Amino acid sequence: MSEPGPSDWSFKREMLSALPNLRAFGVSLSGNHDKADDLVQDTIMKAWAKQDSFEPGTNMKAWLFTILRNEFYSQMRKRGREIQDSDGIFTERMSVHPAQYGSLDMRDFQTALARLPFDQREAIILVGATGLSYEEAAEVCGCAIGTIKSRVSRARTQLQTELKISGEADYGPDETSSAVLSRTAAS
Amino acid sequence: MAEDKPERKGAAVANIDPALDAVSQRLRRYYDSVKDEAIPDRFLDLLEKLDEADKAHNADDSNERRRT
Repeated sequence: MSEPGPSDWSFKREMLSALPNLRAFGVSLSGNHDKADDLVQDTIMKAWAKQDSFEPGTNMKAWLFTILRNEFYSQMRKRGREIQDSDGIFTERMSVHPAQYGSLDMRDFQTALARLPFDQREAIILVGATGLSYEEAAEVCGCAIGTIKSRVSRARTQLQTELKISGEADYGPDETSSAVLSRTAAS
Repeated sequence: MAEDKPERKGAAVANIDPALDAVSQRLRRYYDSVKDEAIPDRFLDLLEKLDEADKAHNADDSNERRRT
């Protein structure tokens, strides 16, 4: 029998604090609150059942994301849907629900996000919104860091096109990121 | 809207893709809007139940050991 962790650390407490992120990840990924909450419930139960495999001190958020992501992935496969969603059927189904949002801005964005292929969608959400590093995102998705980077880049390009954002013209990077941009371009 | 600006910590700036652009800002707004919602009670209840079940189970185990 394994020793209980330090008394101030509780698996339950750490899961609780990760729940807002887990839900946001689920909703962003599935494009649907109801679907996401079912995924979150499955994730909580799975995570609880295998809590011995979680190493205290490592990133609980990334660990839970991995479980939810794999659950979503396997559910899609079970339904016989192509992950790449080339025919857009899944996208259509996902786009039915965004009325839950009052803001047109949010609805537009959710629809555009839902049109991305699954691998690009998860990559840009993980790197661009959840605060995970490229390395952690790669671990969640079970792929190389370079793969994550190229997926994020393709996702960003497609979103820009879909949302008719001309990049720098709308918001424009500030001086700091412009400097980063030119350094990156130069390297 | 000013508070929606992504944090620019040293490490993050070095790590970001060329410019945290308009797309990234909207993505983060969208994600954060869900993150800021209240956690549904069903999840809090579920965690409580799982925790209680574990405790009951562990208590059974130690009773078992005491008997043998």
